This record gives sequence, C-alpha cells and structure tokens, in this order.
Amino acid sequence: MSKRDPIIMPDDTVILAKDLTKMYGEFTAVDHISFDIKKGEIFGFLGANGAGKTTAMRMLCGLSKSTSGQAWVAGYDINHQSEQIKKRIGYMSQKFALYEDLQVWENIRLYAGIYGVPEREIGTKTDELLHRLGFESEKFTLVKSLPLGWKQKLSFSVAIFHDPSIVFLDEPTGGVDPATRRQFWELIYQAADRGITVFVTTHYMDEAEYCDRVCIMVDGRIDALDSPGNLKKTYGAKNMDEVFHQLARGARRKA
Amino acid sequence: MENQKLLKARENWTFFMAFVRKEFHHIFRDKTSILILLVMPILMLVLFGYALNTEVKNSKIAVYDPSRDEVTRAMVEKLLINNYFILHKVLNSASEAEKAFQSGEVSMVIVFSDHFYENLLHGGYAQIQLLADGSDPNTANIITSYATNILSGYQMELMKTGKIPYLIKPEIKLLYNPSMVAAYNFVPGVMGMILLLICAMMTSVSITREKERGTMEVLLVSPMKPLYVILSKAVPYFFLSLVNLATILLIAYFIMHVPIAGSLFWLIMISLVYIFVCLTLGLLISTMVETQMAALIISAMGLMMPVMLMSGMMFPIENMPVYIRWISDVIPARWYIEAIRKLMIMGLSFSAIIQELSVLVGMGIVLIVISLRKFKIRLE
Repeated sequence: MSKRDPIIMPDDTVILAKDLTKMYGEFTAVDHISFDIKKGEIFGFLGANGAGKTTAMRMLCGLSKSTSGQAWVAGYDINHQSEQIKKRIGYMSQKFALYEDLQVWENIRLYAGIYGVPEREIGTKTDELLHRLGFESEKFTLVKSLPLGWKQKLSFSVAIFHDPSIVFLDEPTGGVDPATRRQFWELIYQAADRGITVFVTTHYMDEAEYCDRVCIMVDGRIDALDSPGNLKKTYGAKNMDEVFHQLARGARRKA
Repeated sequence: MENQKLLKARENWTFFMAFVRKEFHHIFRDKTSILILLVMPILMLVLFGYALNTEVKNSKIAVYDPSRDEVTRAMVEKLLINNYFILHKVLNSASEAEKAFQSGEVSMVIVFSDHFYENLLHGGYAQIQLLADGSDPNTANIITSYATNILSGYQMELMKTGKIPYLIKPEIKLLYNPSMVAAYNFVPGVMGMILLLICAMMTSVSITREKERGTMEVLLVSPMKPLYVILSKAVPYFFLSLVNLATILLIAYFIMHVPIAGSLFWLIMISLVYIFVCLTLGLLISTMVETQMAALIISAMGLMMPVMLMSGMMFPIENMPVYIRWISDVIPARWYIEAIRKLMIMGLSFSAIIQELSVLVGMGIVLIVISLRKFKIRLE
C-alpha cells in the first residue's frame, strides 16, 4: 500500500479504531479503545477530566503517535498517513485558537489559506459565512473584542471553512451558558446535515443528548458506546448524567 | 472592648502569616526562582570577584631586540618575571610585528632600537617601542601601562646605581586604533548582542507565545508541515536582523567613524552565519519551554548574561580561568565579535577569520539538528 492510497472502509465508516492505546511511560492514558463512526454522525466522546478523551482525539488528528493499536480516519492510517488525514479534517481546540490580534476576516483568510481554499473563493465564502452567522458587522473587528460565545461560533466555522469530511471538536463549549451552548449545537447540526461527520469530546453530560451516539470513557477505557436513548434504557436512567454516575460507580443494571 | 481589638489583631496576624507562608512556598517550589534568588548571587560573586576582572595576566608578547645588550636583555627579563607577560616569540625584524598581531598570537610587541645601551650611554638615539593591538583598546591600555610601569621602575633602579644616565620613556603605539577610540571596542560587542537579542530571544518568545495561545496545536493539525510553521516564525526576525545590521554598520561608519577596513563581503557573510546560529538557538529554547516568560528568562539569563560577561566584550578572555574560557568558547557571540573586530578594525580578510567562520558554521549545524529532533519528539 503506497503512502497515498486510502483503504476501503466498510459501508460509510469514516473513522475506525481498533485497540487504540496510548501510554506515557507506565501510565495508560488510552486503553485499547475500539469504535467506528459513520458518515454524517455526531459522535460524542464523554468522560470526566483526565479520562483520556483529548488524548484519543489527538491521536486521531495526527497530533500524537499511538503506542499500539490502529485507527483509520477518512480511510487513511493515523500512524503512517497522517499528512493525508490533515488535509481532510477540521479541528477546533479548547482554546478556540483564533488570533486575538487579527480581525475576524483575517483569521478566516489565514486558516482558509492554510487548508488550501482557492484564493478567489475565500472572499465570497467569507462573506457567506459572516452572513450566516450574523457577523457581518464584525468583519473588521479584532477577535479579542468578541464575546466568548461569538469566538466559539467563529472558531467552529473556521474549522469547517474548507469543507472537511470530518471535524474534531475538543471541549468546544467550555465556559459559556447553556443558551449559548444550544446555539452552538445548532451550528453543529447544520454541519452534520451537510454531511460533515462531527467528533466531539466533552465533559458536559447534557451535551451527550445532542449526539447521535456517544461513548463514555472511564480511566482510558470505553465503558459504554451507544445512542443516548439506548444507554438510558440500558441503565434505567433518566438522563446521561445518571448513566455516567452508574458507570463511574461500576454498577450496571440491564432493563 | 479591649478583648475585641486584641482578637481582631490576632485574626489579622494569622491571616497575614498564612499569606507569608504561601509566598515562601511559591518561591521554594519553583526551580527558576530558586536559581535566581540563591544560586545567581553566588555565581555573580564568583564571576566578578574571581574569574572576571580587567586585570590582564599571561599576555603573550613578542620582542624585537636588534641590540641584545645587557640592558635590553635585563629589561625583557624584568617584564617576564611577574607572569603578566609571556614571551611567545622572538622576532627577527620589525616588519614581523604586524603578522604576529594579525595571527592573534600576541597582544603586544616590544621593539628596541639598535645599539641601545651604547647609544644610551653616549647620548645617541635609544628608543623602546610598545606596539599593542588597538582593536581592543581596554586590554591594550592595560598591558601597555603594565609594561611602562615595569620598564620605568627598572630604569629608575639602574639610574640609582649610575648604570644609565637618564630614563627612556617607552613610545606606545596602538595598531589598528591609534587614537584608542572606545567605540571600536563596543561596536562589535553591540552587534553581537543585538543580533542575539532579536534572533534568539524574540524568535523563542514568538514560538512559545503560539504554544501558550493554543494556536500552535491547530497549526500542527493543518496540512502545513511543522517545519514551515517554524520557518515562518524565523523569517521576520531574520529580515529585522538584516535591517539592524545595516543600521548599526551605517551609524558606526558614518557617525562614530568606526572603520570598515576589511572585507565588507565577509563581514556580511559571517553576520548571516551568526544570525542563523542565533535563530536556531531561539528555536531550541522554544522546544524546551512552554511559556513566554520561561523563554524570556532563559534567553536573558542563559544567553545575554554569558554573552555580556564572557564573550570578550567587556572582560578580556585571556585572563579568565581555564574553565571559564571553555564556557566562553561555547558562546557563539565570542567568535562573532572576534571576527568582526578583525574584519572591521584590523582590516583583515577571509583568511584571518577561517577559524571563527568554521566554528560558527559548525555550531549552526549542530543546533539545527538538535532543534529539529527535539521538535519532532514533542509531536509524539
């Protein structure tokens, strides 16, 4: 298999992981996790802080190398073809990663350029994006003057500006009120409707309800993987918070 | 009432002590602050009190003595007695003096006139010349003073016993900087410092700022190769360094009248190499730290300070104890400043700076290899 060829993945799977593991010395951050994610899904990685969600995501993005196990993103091997993966994904980090001393449109243009969006398209797409977000008046505002919720939305939009097939969101809604979070998830839904697969990590259990399927990580392992509805049934819980508590306590109840 | 006041006072005191204790914890649990507060004072004491001083010992000298009579020979002996001077070479003609300086072998040449003692006794022409390397006016000043003192002292003795009729005052001649302009000394030093500041310090701060902000991560996920991310950081500082180099040279030449006696081409070449070394130093520092503050402190303490103290800018290298000289040899600025002195003030060309050039090139290669490796490792 040459460096440039993707593998053929079963029916519409965009991310496939098999026993993916990451160890730092003696400490196992990610413990043999396996899962598959379909195109257009909104897939949530839940877990407490330190459970291994971010580490797992970083491996999938090609930011760190796995210790053992395999995974394919958009058909490409994360360990050997990470360059191919990077072209096809979008990424939004916890800190939003926008340049505060650049204006809104300058940030958009920068990332668009990095992802190879053709010059002549950038202008029109930028205006479209600003219109969709209702940001037209802020085109020339320095990012540092924007309120947190706007920065979030902008950061997400920048991450999918180049129409990637998958977008990775690392704890995207930290520090904002529930109303703003809901607005943010509207954007995620719109992206998923357009066929973009969304991989999101979060420690907010209520956000799990918004996902198509979630997996719950505890101590580096995946302890549960299913749709929120099914999980609530399996654990006889009213909401995802309860599901998580039961898992964390080690108790299991089958309906 | 009194009890209330007393109680409040005790409460305040307890709170206060709690905060004081916390402050001690902050200091002692942070390696950097311990370094600065406890280790640095001792280091400075040792450096300034012992290793770095403007006293110059063990300077290598050469002597041209065509008369070789008892007085001239005795004079040379007197000079060598105290270990201030070491006789490196005996010259066979006055013209060899220039070469001895250019090769960096000696810091001073003593020239006696022919038939010295004979002429002295009969009122003829007797002259002692002290030639020193003026491109380092501080050191030149010091060693010619030493020599003059020693020679005058000895001559006084001779006069008392009637051996010589009068004193000969040595004629001091500084090559390459006859009027002992101080600017000649500090301009090369300033060039070394400024380029280091811009390239190493600012580059490392810029890269770590990216890390602090979190934007570095996003850049690393992007299709752009990490190497290009780093290069893009170095480019503006590279150009700024060139601008600064040009400005300093222009001001030095036209306003301060520092000569650019040697090859301008090689001046620029070695400056480019030095800039490259400083940029990679900045890169190396950025791979070692996470915060801008740390980058700043390491650049300041780890780079600027050693450069100021041990590069030969302020204190002569010849006089430093051996282990400090080893440190000095590792500092890129030391080689650069020396090369600049040779090129600008002594008017030499490529052949004279071969050693400095190769050392800097070697440092550049080693540094870039280490930095790239460290950078790759961080990704995993």
